[in-house]
Amino acid sequence: MSASEWRKAMNAGAGRTAWPRTAAAAPAPSRAARWRGRGAASADVRDETRWLRWIGGRVRARHVLVLLAVLAYPLLAPPFFTFQIGGQALALGLIALSLTFLAGYGGMVSLAQMTVAGIAGYMYAIFATSGTDISLGWPWWLAVFLALAIATVCGILIGWFSVRTEGIYTIMITLAIGVAFFYLVQQNYSVFNGFQGFQSVKTPRVLGVELRDPVPFYYLALFWALAGYFAVKYLLRAPFGVALQGIRDNPRRMAALGFNVTAHRVAAYAVAGLIAAVGGILMVWYNGLVSPGSVGTSWLINILIIAVLGGMRHPIGPFIGAIVFVLLQNFAVDLVDRERFNLLIGAIFLIIVLFSPDGLLGWWAGGAVRLRAVSARGRLGRRVETGEA
Amino acid sequence: MTSFTRQCIRQLALAAVFTVLAGTADAQQVVKIGLLATLEGPFAAGGQDGMRGAELAVKQRNGMVAGKKIEIIKASSDAKPDVAVNATRKLVEQDKVDIMVGPLSGSEGIAVKNYSKSQPGTTFINGSSGAQATTLTDPSPNFFRFNTEGAQWMVGLGDYALKTKGYKKMALIAEDYAFPYSQVQGFMTEYCKAGGRVTHKAWVPLGGKDYSSVIAKLPGDVDALLVVLGGSDAVNFLTQYEQAGGSKPMVGGSITVDQTVLNFKGKRRESLLGTPSAGPIADSYDAPEWKKFVADYKANFKDGFPSPSLFAYVYYINMKAALDGLEAVNGDLSGGQAKYREALKNLKLQTPTGVVTLDENRQAIGTTFVTEVAAGPDGVYYNKVVKVVPNVNQRLGMSKADFDKVGLGSRDVPNCP
Repeated sequence: MSASEWRKAMNAGAGRTAWPRTAAAAPAPSRAARWRGRGAASADVRDETRWLRWIGGRVRARHVLVLLAVLAYPLLAPPFFTFQIGGQALALGLIALSLTFLAGYGGMVSLAQMTVAGIAGYMYAIFATSGTDISLGWPWWLAVFLALAIATVCGILIGWFSVRTEGIYTIMITLAIGVAFFYLVQQNYSVFNGFQGFQSVKTPRVLGVELRDPVPFYYLALFWALAGYFAVKYLLRAPFGVALQGIRDNPRRMAALGFNVTAHRVAAYAVAGLIAAVGGILMVWYNGLVSPGSVGTSWLINILIIAVLGGMRHPIGPFIGAIVFVLLQNFAVDLVDRERFNLLIGAIFLIIVLFSPDGLLGWWAGGAVRLRAVSARGRLGRRVETGEA
Repeated sequence: MTSFTRQCIRQLALAAVFTVLAGTADAQQVVKIGLLATLEGPFAAGGQDGMRGAELAVKQRNGMVAGKKIEIIKASSDAKPDVAVNATRKLVEQDKVDIMVGPLSGSEGIAVKNYSKSQPGTTFINGSSGAQATTLTDPSPNFFRFNTEGAQWMVGLGDYALKTKGYKKMALIAEDYAFPYSQVQGFMTEYCKAGGRVTHKAWVPLGGKDYSSVIAKLPGDVDALLVVLGGSDAVNFLTQYEQAGGSKPMVGGSITVDQTVLNFKGKRRESLLGTPSAGPIADSYDAPEWKKFVADYKANFKDGFPSPSLFAYVYYINMKAALDGLEAVNGDLSGGQAKYREALKNLKLQTPTGVVTLDENRQAIGTTFVTEVAAGPDGVYYNKVVKVVPNVNQRLGMSKADFDKVGLGSRDVPNCP
């Protein structure tokens, strides 16, 4: 039984309960199974073929299809859809992915992930070139590096503060940090340029390609989204990720087993911080500006909405949530009275959350389980008819 | 087919449906105008009234200009620049509007102006945003602003405070962001030049609740206070200033002495009488054009305000400019809208408050009103027009070189302690 099959079975068994608590236990036996298999096979199978087999065993038709679809998307879609829908959704999805990683696998709901992204954005605007005198005008790669480093350190600090709390208190303390940062940037003029923020932040030209043009930006965002997605997927199967999920499910037992709970949690914040920081740089390139509004309470909540909307059971969730979120933000205004389009957005969010506590992913999982049940019943029925059973 | 791909296909299909919905209009007979205002966030009420103003301009022409139907496509932001640019980008690139009118607030205006440079095929006309930098710093060739901005709105008030009111020394209390900076610059440029002095400046955060520390630090030897606070901030300050026993007269900014302040019920209500302020409109202005505008507004919008707000007025004149320009070229938007833009540049726009022309940065030169709080016969307070200053330009009457030497208004500019 492969890891994914195992997990699917466990999830199906859990039915539509809100949280797949059992999932944490899944990777352990599967790893053991793989090692046994490897031990038997490694004698006569060369390294490359093993790699190929490993990939072949994991890659399904759906993966190839999705990859082809997202790669071909800018060729088919008009620039507006490439940039404002595709590019923005990928960048927002990346920030939400950091929250999914923290909340879904670490059990820590942090509202400050947009703050970390905002710190990266602000730092980039300060070190690189913008329409404001405060900007230092350093080369873009240096600004990016510094922004990522500072934002990640801030992410770690935020984590270090908040890991001492649990549940709703984590939400409160991270919300407090987020709001404090919002007021800091709004009222500090010497570093953050206050209410105005940084306008006309320059997006780098690399090898003659303007990164803010729709197609280059889309592929850039796609690259980092895929990188973030696979990094999270990899981490979740690595010993660190397994321990993290164990800590999510039962921190006291993990502590008793000799795991350093605090260190694992802070490390999770570091990973999430880096992912959010990359998303933050993408957002500042996308917008061409960063202002207090970019890190205001509404955006802190929006990231949570995106993560919950998509579903926190799988790292693909935040990206799906982001697509739905961005589409609604852009097109709800065309569907209903313009003065009241927020009502529609709210209603759709409410429906999704009400009917599927696991977000859109939950709907799929539920649908898939039902489909499989139906087809299984059908097969069973045929077998009974032909007397096979 | 797996659930992942199915979802993706569903998304794409959804997107395609939206595209079709958004893109069905006959380009020959219809001119599409995008209209952006804040229908969410702190300026939601103002944004709604701005939309009314713009609609009024279209209604006055029965929705037709030069034989072409005017189609308005609305969008909303929440006064944040990134949201405003997203909404504008959707109108321009997705809905393919020919002309774009908006946005509402200052930093949104700067962001949309920057965006307009990447869309040379569309003409952008301001909504009601009033940041100086929009047209003074790095102007965009296809961004037009037919309303005057924050600094221009205060021209005439400095002279009035010094010469008519006799306030020789003043202390300043204002919110700490771009719009009050502009307002203070408009006031102080004139006031300092005429020999007045501003000895103390207090910059307070937007939406502050507690002014006690600010009030305690106000110097006692000034003749009056220049208060550039908006809406509830002004009322909060006034209440706390009264409780602290303050007694100096006030000079107000353009959005300070509005209906909320005029309806102030404190003990010092009488002390409001005679408070001067300045702005681009005055409710009690008695020119027939203004009266007609107010009557039209009231007739068309039963759910509107008792009198059109600043936002309604400014959106009205910018939309009117868009339509007047369209008529001047007989609806001809060909050649990358070159003719249309030329017509806009040379437009002598008839507004309810007089003629507006544009300067070389495509920024309005217009009228400012100095007003003073007076009591009507029924005891209701209102802003009485005491001075009309025509042809106020963005450099406040200075030459380009002189103005560039001073620079844009900020916490420390201008200064005359």
